[in-house]
Amino acid sequence: MSAQDTIVVPATDAVRRAQAGKSYWARVRERLLADRITLAVTVLLAVIVLMAIAAPLFATHDPMASSVLARLKSPGYNGHWLGTDEVGRDLYSRILYGGRLSLLCGVAPVTLALLIGGSLGLIAGYSGGIVNSLIMRSMDVLYAFPSILLAIAICGMLGSGLGNTILALTVTFIPPIVRISETVTTQVRSAEFVEAARASGARPVSIIRFHILNNVLGPILVYATSLISISIILAAGLSFLGLGVTPPDAEWGLMLNNLRQAIWVNPLVAALPGAMIFITSMCFNLMSDGLRTAMDVRI
Amino acid sequence: MWYFVLRRLLYAVPILLGVSLVVFLLMQMVPGDIIDIMIPPEAPKEVADMIRIQFGLDQPVHIQYLRWLKAILSGDLGISIFTNQPVADELFSALLNTLKIAIPAAILGFTMGVMLGSLAAFYGGSWLDKLFSGIAIAGVSLPHYWVGMVLVAIFAVSFNVLPGQGMGPDGFPWTWEHIKHLILPVITLSLIPMGVISRLVRANVLEIRSMEFVSALQAKGLKGPRVLLHIMKNAAPSALALMGLQFGYLLGGSILVETVFNWPGSGSLLNLAIFRRDIPVLSATILVLATIFVIINILVDVLQALIDPRIRR
Repeated sequence: MSAQDTIVVPATDAVRRAQAGKSYWARVRERLLADRITLAVTVLLAVIVLMAIAAPLFATHDPMASSVLARLKSPGYNGHWLGTDEVGRDLYSRILYGGRLSLLCGVAPVTLALLIGGSLGLIAGYSGGIVNSLIMRSMDVLYAFPSILLAIAICGMLGSGLGNTILALTVTFIPPIVRISETVTTQVRSAEFVEAARASGARPVSIIRFHILNNVLGPILVYATSLISISIILAAGLSFLGLGVTPPDAEWGLMLNNLRQAIWVNPLVAALPGAMIFITSMCFNLMSDGLRTAMDVRI
Repeated sequence: MWYFVLRRLLYAVPILLGVSLVVFLLMQMVPGDIIDIMIPPEAPKEVADMIRIQFGLDQPVHIQYLRWLKAILSGDLGISIFTNQPVADELFSALLNTLKIAIPAAILGFTMGVMLGSLAAFYGGSWLDKLFSGIAIAGVSLPHYWVGMVLVAIFAVSFNVLPGQGMGPDGFPWTWEHIKHLILPVITLSLIPMGVISRLVRANVLEIRSMEFVSALQAKGLKGPRVLLHIMKNAAPSALALMGLQFGYLLGGSILVETVFNWPGSGSLLNLAIFRRDIPVLSATILVLATIFVIINILVDVLQALIDPRIRR
């Protein structure tokens, strides 16, 4: 939208400032601030994250306190805003606490994969030749597994637990990030401004730091935001299968798994943790779309 | 063209070797001693040693890998620790069951995706575009196992019109009873491919529509539908590639949906193997699914090359 706007709209203040040589990131920020959906989604995400981090402040009940008498009650029952789960624990408080692990499982693997995969891609793209073949061909092997299968294979073999979940998802997300980072690096490496930098005696480290990283960061960041959405869904899926976080910890996927049988008794309560997974992952997807438009990135 | 096919096939060999290596390494990383799963803890040490020698577990790791690889290449996928049956039989009947939901789900998801995506692009910017793009982004954000649960809650629990569990009576004939059991899992499984394909098709069609050759065609007087044909032909290769990937994900990722619906497919087999710590079944299932994924990708590449000669190079 923005590209066309600048052509059609007569030189407004913003356009004039942009043409006056505003930096790329300043323009990205400008476009982001003008995008209402992305802003709304970011605010919503911030609320979800804050409430999860500060769960003890917002929780109305102890997330571990069960009650045989108050099992699977509907929202509003006796001060339980969202009802109670299959052993009578307060669902609202558990969803708050569950957000901690679910968001961690969404963000941590992507961050790790971003660091490892991004650097591998930079190295492969910048060195070329045999190093490139070595790295990219081993990524091809990991690509041969459908992503969910690879995560399940790792968790299934190594056993359940938070650490193994994060490890499994990290390994799953590394190949696509390496591929993007390698493609962009290879393109930029032969660009004239890099040639110029090299000719003027810049060392490889500073070329990567100043010229290549700036170009790689945009596409990778956009892609990583959409990966977080996949990561949350997959991590919850692993817990749903009993391969992720172990009980009695609260985590949205695990809660969904525990409430599976309750779908016959109180469908609304049983569906709530899944709705949280959906809302959060949708927010990350919309944010990724907004960033993509604002940064004018094509993957 | 044949040269392209041959090259593509040859390249699959090192990939598949790498896949087998990854699966074998994962098997080696299984915590605990595999012997402990196979025999009761009170069994004498001699029995454990005997089994160790029988399965070649006393050999160095690289010999073990070569032996395992040789067995697999000759079609022997091993024997289940739990049922003592050959893994291959169990696996292939389970795979067949997975295909029963994966193929209809792929057809449904791909058609819906292409339709939604191209309509959204065609009416770009209108409320129709916003609606369809919204559906697509919801499709990729939905945890499909949760959708399965919700569908069961609505159609099996509240209205009681469709069965929510299992595959129905035995046998292959496609009676209404069979189809009834298919509906919910197929819809659940088709959501992700629908969303992913529709987003790609929309972006592609929008981009191709703004290319110069389209204006040229229109300037020559070509009418709407014929122009659309040219656009679709250009959008097809990348959409096909994504469909191949998505079909692989359907097979590999059906484990979640199969768990929700108690569908006796390869995903359920995988799930069972994980909880029984049945390593031979687990590794064989992963290996076979990954191999199928590689084959699908080769087929897609060849198909792409058939449509777009530039890829053949």
